[in-house]
Amino acid sequence: MTGLLLFISFRKDRKKTIQGLRKSWKAFENILPLFLSIIMIIGLGLAFLSPQVISKWIGEKSGWLGIAAAAFIGSVTLIPGWITFPLAAVLLKSGAGFIQITVFVSTSMMVGVVTIPVEIRYLGRKVAVFRNTLALVFSFIVSLIMWEVLK
Amino acid sequence: MINLLKRYRFFLAMVLINLILLWLNLEAGLRSFKISADNMLQVFLIIPPIFILLGLLDIWVKRETMIKWMGESSGLLGITIAFLLGSFAAGPLYAAFPVAGVLLNKGSRFSNIIIFIGAWSTTKIPMLLFETSTMGWRFMLIRFILDIFGITAIAYLTEKIMTTQEKEIIYEKANMLG
Repeated sequence: MTGLLLFISFRKDRKKTIQGLRKSWKAFENILPLFLSIIMIIGLGLAFLSPQVISKWIGEKSGWLGIAAAAFIGSVTLIPGWITFPLAAVLLKSGAGFIQITVFVSTSMMVGVVTIPVEIRYLGRKVAVFRNTLALVFSFIVSLIMWEVLK
Repeated sequence: MINLLKRYRFFLAMVLINLILLWLNLEAGLRSFKISADNMLQVFLIIPPIFILLGLLDIWVKRETMIKWMGESSGLLGITIAFLLGSFAAGPLYAAFPVAGVLLNKGSRFSNIIIFIGAWSTTKIPMLLFETSTMGWRFMLIRFILDIFGITAIAYLTEKIMTTQEKEIIYEKANMLG
């Protein structure tokens, strides 16, 4: 899709397109060091937080501590969805608490502690901290409602 | 050259830490490098198109148009566009922020930007399909509906706590970065 739009753009106005691409490059180059650093941090984090470790923390009968651990792991790490959902499904089948799992799923998508430096750069510290805090609180609310509805 | 080293010093420090980990614990170190390499591949495949689109958006979409679509008085239209833009996007959450910056720079309403980020993080279409296949459609649907309300509420609350002055600073910053 990007290729197609780029082609149309070139046909319409070559000079403007080049100008746009220059902006793209500038924006990309600007943020690249931060992106690469974040990727390395995620790698280091996930090397320790294997699915086995996560299962142990938020698995069966982990209770309140498990809910806290689920929120912590979900918030701090940036686990891609194609890992989160299968892992959540497996954990749920093996008897993990429903609230733990939904908190984990919700926070891992909405709350991003590792990516907060990028968020601060574009939106400022106040917004970044506030948005992530609200998202964390909201994740608990979602879990409770879903538990009420689906139990 | 020195400038380049300075800009990437944090990244280089992380690589160094990973090398130390490799030395201390071969298995964990290798795992970490592998995950990072996979993610970097993603960065170089998915993120450049996002930035190209961002540049095209910047030159082709007029400020007036964006204000009409997503600006201060765009109302429900603005909210809908913010949700759709975020939901049809691809790529990790951290790629959403530069896009948010350009949208701000073009005159989008602040709360719509927070909705866009929320949608990008949570209601992406491919992710919803994937969620359905692993967790079941009831799980997905209930979460999806709750998320729409939650994302909107978070956006309005965030906008509310910002003073006009603080917002201006962010708009100015977006202008500088764009």
